[in-house]
Amino acid sequence: MIPAAFDYHAPTSLDEALSLLAAHGDEAKVLAGGQSLIPMMRFRLAEPGVLVDLNHIEGMAGVTEEDGHLWIGALTRHAEVERSDLVRKRYPLLHEAASVIADPIVRNRGTVAGSLVHADPAGDWGAVMLACGAELEVHGPDGQRMVPIDELFVTTFMTSLSPGDIVTGIKLPIAGKRSGGAYEKLERKVGDFATVAVAARLELDDDGVCSAAGIGLTAVGATNLRAQDAEKALIGKKPDEAAIDAASRAAAEAASPTADNRGSVEYKRDMVRVLSARALRRAAAHAGGEG
Amino acid sequence: MAETVTVKVTVNGVEHEARVEPRMLLVHFLRDELDMTGTHIGCDTTNCGACTVLVDGVPMKSCTMFAVQADGHDLTTVEGLGDNGGLEPIQEGFHQEHGLQCGFCTPGMMLVSKALLAENPDPSEAEIRRAISGNLCRCTGYQNIVKSVQYAAKKIRTGSAESTVGGGAS
Ligand SMILES: Cc1cc2nc3c(=O)[nH]c(=O)nc-3n(C[C@H](O)[C@H](O)[C@H](O)COP(=O)(O)OP(=O)(O)OC[C@H]3O[C@@H](n4cnc5c(N)ncnc54)[C@H](O)[C@@H]3O)c2cc1C
Ligand code: FES
Ligand code: FES
Repeated sequence: MIPAAFDYHAPTSLDEALSLLAAHGDEAKVLAGGQSLIPMMRFRLAEPGVLVDLNHIEGMAGVTEEDGHLWIGALTRHAEVERSDLVRKRYPLLHEAASVIADPIVRNRGTVAGSLVHADPAGDWGAVMLACGAELEVHGPDGQRMVPIDELFVTTFMTSLSPGDIVTGIKLPIAGKRSGGAYEKLERKVGDFATVAVAARLELDDDGVCSAAGIGLTAVGATNLRAQDAEKALIGKKPDEAAIDAASRAAAEAASPTADNRGSVEYKRDMVRVLSARALRRAAAHAGGEG
Repeated sequence: MAETVTVKVTVNGVEHEARVEPRMLLVHFLRDELDMTGTHIGCDTTNCGACTVLVDGVPMKSCTMFAVQADGHDLTTVEGLGDNGGLEPIQEGFHQEHGLQCGFCTPGMMLVSKALLAENPDPSEAEIRRAISGNLCRCTGYQNIVKSVQYAAKKIRTGSAESTVGGGAS
């Protein structure tokens, strides 16, 4: 199908993009990878009168460690994260998630920030960023601010950002000496959204005790969810089978799935438990130096 | 109607220029403006990969990109495969190994395979299956597509390859 007509702008600087958004208000939408927005426009589920294409702005892509954090530029494609040596070596959770988003062709174009702003509860990056405690750098009419991921998702397809805002990058805590992570995604076939997925991240201290934990859930609520009780069940403990079992059960409690053709409520909730345990075991092994 | 925009692209080494509406999808630009119908449309949901083209060497779904976004870029479509009237290895592979039946998915399959082999001349079966996993084929069961890519890889690396199909392809 054919999208409704719109005016197209391809600014080459962030300032220009922000002024265009300011000038056109609610009518305008930002275009990044287009892998969610263009399908929605083809179905006329979205009919923006103006598109502001970010793809001509230099310096908005890339994954780097700097000043004690990991920085992912807003225009970084899923495939760029998947292929990054730095990410593969030090951020297994990000590498694993990037490798199972959509299919390889969609990954060449879709972006990390676009995925977060799209706010699909079945999107994979939301759960990952919740588990990591990420922050979004946002530029808007009133300048720059940092938005913690815990404050981003309002409900399905809705974030706390305003129409005039542009996400410029995502900031994550740098991987510690003994940190590990894993992403477990259950999907019916390649290219499908998750039936259920779980993102897990652990930091261990020198005695092997869990000093930080992050667990994010995909496709089991109105937004990606953070399983805080499950995180609490791990902190201050060694991630042994008993602790992992308690945390996985708490994660299943945190889920509020709905039934659809991918599975029943009971099935999905139990899969949260199973996938949480698997992800936590692998994250612990990795943090303990076994991965 | 929204203002039209100029799109200047290189497709298979030839420059083209046209004025189109910004909402025109790249796949429609190729098929309807440039009359290059080798790039197929197989779905409305960005799922099938039949519309895959290479944008600066990278596979993209041309149904999920606006033509104006290709402005200034270098595209390869299935019409750009083959040289001097002959088949290039990836085409020869699909021919020799019966990598197609109806042929609808074939342009996309060959282009993602071409991109894979440019980066990794000796892919494992798993790597091939992963590379083509964004392209749906309703006919072949993928088996012969994998063999076709293996054939092409061998041909590129060693200069020759043998068909695994008994009796030789006609
Ligand atoms: C077949 C298919 C399968 C898919 N499977 C999965 C999957 O398994 N898991 C998954 O997570 N995703 C999946 N996706 C979605 C894909 O990951 C998209 O790339 C992603 O959701 C959106 O990113 P984008 O860059 O393409 O954003 P766009 O489509 O360009 O934009 C999406 C939204 O975000 C806004 N936006 C984009 N960038 C910014 C920015 N920097 N600042 C402010 N607003 C911005 C846009 O205005 C729009 O509202 C799939 C998509 C397809 C087509
Ligand atoms: S036509 Fe099916 S993915 Fe483009
Ligand atoms: S040969 Fe018919 S769809 Fe692949």
